[in-house]
Amino acid sequence: MSVERIKTQGSEAVGGQSAPPPSIEPAIELKAISKSFGPVKANQNVDLKVLPGTIHGIIGENGAGKSTLMSILYGFYEADSGEILINGQKRKIHSSRDAISFGIGMVHQHFMLVETFTVLENVMLGAEGAPLLNKSSQSAREELLKLSKEYSLAVDPDAMTGDLPVGLQQRVEILKALYRGAEILILDEPTGVLTPQETDQLFKILDILRSRGVSIILITHKLQEIMAITDRVSVMRAGTMVSERETAETNKNELAELMVGRKVLLEVDKTDANPSEILLEAKNLSYSEDGVKKLDDVSLTLKAGEIVGIAGVSGNGQTELLAALSGICPLQTGSIKIGSVKIDSDNPKTPKEFRDLSVGHVPEDRHRMGMVTAFNAQESAIMGFHDDAAYNGKFLMDNKAVEQHCVRLMKDYDVRPEDPKLKSANFSGGNQQKLVLAREMDRHPKVLLVGQPTRGVDIGAIEYIHKNLIAMRDAGSAILVVSVELEEIMSLSDRILVMFEGRIVGEVDAKEADARQLGLLMGNAGAQTEAASSENNSNNIHSEEIPA
Amino acid sequence: MSSPSKALPAWIDVGLIPLINILLAFIVSGIVIFIIGEDPVEAVKIIVYGAFGNDYNLGYTLYYTTNFIFTGLAVAVAFHASLFNIGGEGQAYIGGLGVGLLCLALDQYFPFWIILPLAIAASGLFGAAWAYIPAYLQAYRGSHIVITTIMFNFIAFSLMNYLLVNILIEPGQMSPESRDFAEVAHIPTMQQAAAWFGIEMSNTPLNMSIFLALLSCVFVWLFMWHTRWGYAIRMLGFNENAANYSGINTQRLIVGTMCLSGVLAGFVGINEIMGVHHRVLLDFTAGAGFTGIAVALMGRNHPVGIIIASLLFGALFQGGAELSFEIPTIQVEMVKAIQGLVILFCGALAYMARPTVERIFIAMIANKAVAGEQANG
Amino acid sequence: MDDLYLLLLSTLDSTLRVSAPLVLCAMAGIFSERSGIIDISLEGKLLGSAFAAAVVAFETGSAFLGLGAAIVTSILMGLLHGFACITHRGNQVVSGLAINILASGLTVTLGGAWYGKGGQTETLSGDARFSPITFPGAEALVDVPVIGPLYIELISGHNLLVYIAFLAVPVTWWVLYKTRFGLRLRAVGENPQAVDTAGISVTFLRYRSVIIAGILCGIAGAYLSTGQNAAFGKEMSAGQGYIALAAMIFGKWKPVPGLLACMLFGFLDAMAVRLQGVELPGIGEIPVQFMQALPYVLTVILLAGFIGKAVAPKAIGRPYVKER
Repeated sequence: MSVERIKTQGSEAVGGQSAPPPSIEPAIELKAISKSFGPVKANQNVDLKVLPGTIHGIIGENGAGKSTLMSILYGFYEADSGEILINGQKRKIHSSRDAISFGIGMVHQHFMLVETFTVLENVMLGAEGAPLLNKSSQSAREELLKLSKEYSLAVDPDAMTGDLPVGLQQRVEILKALYRGAEILILDEPTGVLTPQETDQLFKILDILRSRGVSIILITHKLQEIMAITDRVSVMRAGTMVSERETAETNKNELAELMVGRKVLLEVDKTDANPSEILLEAKNLSYSEDGVKKLDDVSLTLKAGEIVGIAGVSGNGQTELLAALSGICPLQTGSIKIGSVKIDSDNPKTPKEFRDLSVGHVPEDRHRMGMVTAFNAQESAIMGFHDDAAYNGKFLMDNKAVEQHCVRLMKDYDVRPEDPKLKSANFSGGNQQKLVLAREMDRHPKVLLVGQPTRGVDIGAIEYIHKNLIAMRDAGSAILVVSVELEEIMSLSDRILVMFEGRIVGEVDAKEADARQLGLLMGNAGAQTEAASSENNSNNIHSEEIPA
Repeated sequence: MSSPSKALPAWIDVGLIPLINILLAFIVSGIVIFIIGEDPVEAVKIIVYGAFGNDYNLGYTLYYTTNFIFTGLAVAVAFHASLFNIGGEGQAYIGGLGVGLLCLALDQYFPFWIILPLAIAASGLFGAAWAYIPAYLQAYRGSHIVITTIMFNFIAFSLMNYLLVNILIEPGQMSPESRDFAEVAHIPTMQQAAAWFGIEMSNTPLNMSIFLALLSCVFVWLFMWHTRWGYAIRMLGFNENAANYSGINTQRLIVGTMCLSGVLAGFVGINEIMGVHHRVLLDFTAGAGFTGIAVALMGRNHPVGIIIASLLFGALFQGGAELSFEIPTIQVEMVKAIQGLVILFCGALAYMARPTVERIFIAMIANKAVAGEQANG
Repeated sequence: MDDLYLLLLSTLDSTLRVSAPLVLCAMAGIFSERSGIIDISLEGKLLGSAFAAAVVAFETGSAFLGLGAAIVTSILMGLLHGFACITHRGNQVVSGLAINILASGLTVTLGGAWYGKGGQTETLSGDARFSPITFPGAEALVDVPVIGPLYIELISGHNLLVYIAFLAVPVTWWVLYKTRFGLRLRAVGENPQAVDTAGISVTFLRYRSVIIAGILCGIAGAYLSTGQNAAFGKEMSAGQGYIALAAMIFGKWKPVPGLLACMLFGFLDAMAVRLQGVELPGIGEIPVQFMQALPYVLTVILLAGFIGKAVAPKAIGRPYVKER
């Protein structure tokens, strides 16, 4: 990624000073915004000031509350409490319509475009003017061409939107907002789907917009982008606004630390790893979906007796990696070797065959995949193994055996309440997770893939789960842990791989890893920092092994 | 269908709300009868007597029930895999063709005990075949099973029409019907069966097929909740991702489930063709495939519920016929309207009552808590 | 040669008569489904409004009041569908099916109670029916070869509703592609979130779509009982709503191809009648049932992607829920 630092006159007028001059009225001011979803406090007393004609970055980890905050500003949700001021005026935003009328435009992470429409139709939708299209589409076309010219946003008004590359689709989204007269533009993770070249283009556009006086809020988890384009940056963590800085007066290291926070490492009682033979070897895995590369030339090895952690902001290919390694999504390119069995696109294997090769898999999202919430516990406890002879007679299933198995799992793995007939949905998150882990671990698979081992799990259960994973490692299994919780990765793993945009961008020995360094790698700011110190880190880190 | 939002006690979701929905359907039906200018209470009395009043009426009720159990089970099995089989009507029709062809071919050569199992197999096989194509197209070609099964109903009508008018018709006869089967290809009526034990009964279409229906219920119950295949079907219906994760071949399972559904619908042919008419004829299914949808929705896709719902619809059909006989201003088709209302309230509007019930329930709990506190304090 | 020409004309003439209700229902289906609401209740609306038209036309002696009643009935049925599917997020197929069965039961129940003829309504005559309109100049053209018969047989001499049916196609096209409402309607069937974030109410938009579908089905129903026939008869829609649904899918949810599909299916129907008992050289007799099943077979084949690809609106069948 080669994002140049672009600074223009427009921004320098505001940048550079430690505090904004009081005379300038903020384009947007949020005061003490709070929003809860049930027990989850997505935003707590969040304050934010965005000055006119600036690019204001908001950075934070997954679940820090950035998207919720912006959805409130755009009228998708209403805040439980707090105030919104636009150009100094107190405003109530009940719907997107209100937000639009106050001059707010938003480019969503997933584009809000109708793929079967032309660019012009998409731009007009909701802002057509007259009831008949003939006249209004003529004036819309002129306006669109004018905007395209003014902001150097070239795009063919008659092109079918679905056929355009994502970079151009995003441009349509921006044009949509401008067409509605947006003076404040929110971009939610805009570069997630873009190529580096498209990202460069986008930043040039943002720069032009800024120079024309548009205020921009840029939500991202990429430190690089914050440094490259923003004037000011706010850092969110766990639903609160933890800090605000002038971009010019901060650096990636500081931001990474603010973003990750000073987290107390969970005490995990573990000895040094003693890795022995390779149990799983993945070579050059690539996987594309709808033309977007989800996995990009990923290679890794898992050895008996070690825990390998995958760190990264979610959506950077971890889900697809787990799906590939467990057989859920068929391989496109590359190969996987498990023991002596080689799997590639010509020799595909089903998830069941992966299981038979002694690969266990705890999916990232237990509700989406790991269990069936409508099943009772004993039914969820045999998922993937329901064909086993142990649970089946000739025709009928041996429900007694299934029940006994479940009761034993519940005893061994401390799942409460110990009721195999209780509906899976009615267990707490921690006990659901323990049940899924129990199911997979009880088979003593040689290779265990674990996604988000402790998501939505209480502290007590976290410790318990970690202890069990380490016990399994010591018994000689190879374990791959994917987690968005950095401290979890750091405390559990023996070796850490960092994923970014479908690639493995770094490998770190867990003993030497620190949060700041990993944070930099996760935001893909590490590549350059390290390139400066050593020449040979570009593409050979994937399959390198750590000296034992 | 939208899923329940918050957890209420099971008896509310499984018992109270379905009951409210059925009541709503009946209340609206009562209003219709009132609009016609008749007395709804009187109508209910006639229906109940008409359905259960004597062994003759009961016989007819149970004869209808038999069909509805088959088609209700067929719809329910598909529903468990979250497939909507609207094609029960066509599958039942073609299932009857299978029975008919087999009986026409064998009734001169073999005894009953050879013909019966073969006929059951034929009805299932033909029904399954008619479900197989829409299922295959859904699983492997991505066409929508609802639309294809609707289309296959119409194709079945045309096909049967053609076969009866041009091929199966008894030479020299005018009406498009096949020749009558020989005695060996008749399933004993309940009257005959009762006579073996010295019990006297009125002659009705009710025949031994009802035992096949009850056996099918037991089979479906065992299959869905006590076998690995039923387990897989239910998992597919609840959560396709989980099914993929569990290594289930979902495409094959879709086809398999629909075939089972077709088999069950095809059994209608046994009751109608071998049990009642003893020849192949037009339109013998008389909408039983569609009634099966109401039955499955009302019986919440469980065999016990389906038996109850089938009995209710059997009673409505028989009682409704008596009703239109007693009160000529009320047509037999009133039952169809009730059926539509049941599908509407138990299916499409299944969760309409829930928010209200939830509010009342929460308010009641709150009241109780307050009352409890006052009592304690 | 002349005979053959006249035969062709009369076949095309009956094609128009048969396809008129199909066209109206198919356009209704387009409005509903392009907004994301599956509409298998075309059949029920057709039947229900045919009944309403026959009853009101008979009671008032006015075909136009009958038409009004048909439209109101059909709109109410559409609103019921909307209430279940849009407001209560019910299953759209189940709701549609319920409406079809309800209509089938209720029409006969009410008709039987009111007229005592087993569901049949009283025969309509005079102003209670839409009678054929003879265009000016038809007399004068009687003796003109080719054009004369064409004008008299094919163009002139239908009732008002047939012309409305064929007029409905360009109007549907115009509304869909040339108006703001149409733009939004097409958008909501593809990506309701895009519509919502643009500040437009998804619910209101979809309700308007089912109402329009109701109006069109209502006209079709009135045509059945007060135009094509002179009374309501039990089950008189006879699956035409489903054929229209098939035609709409066959026309890939677009007005003009939808029209052509309706005409094709109508033509097959007209041919089926004419070919009955006719030995074709080299082929023999084509069974009438084969011709009747052909629309359904063709639709199945199309849906399976063997001839072209019918892509349904992306958001069809899914209730809109604002996601977290």
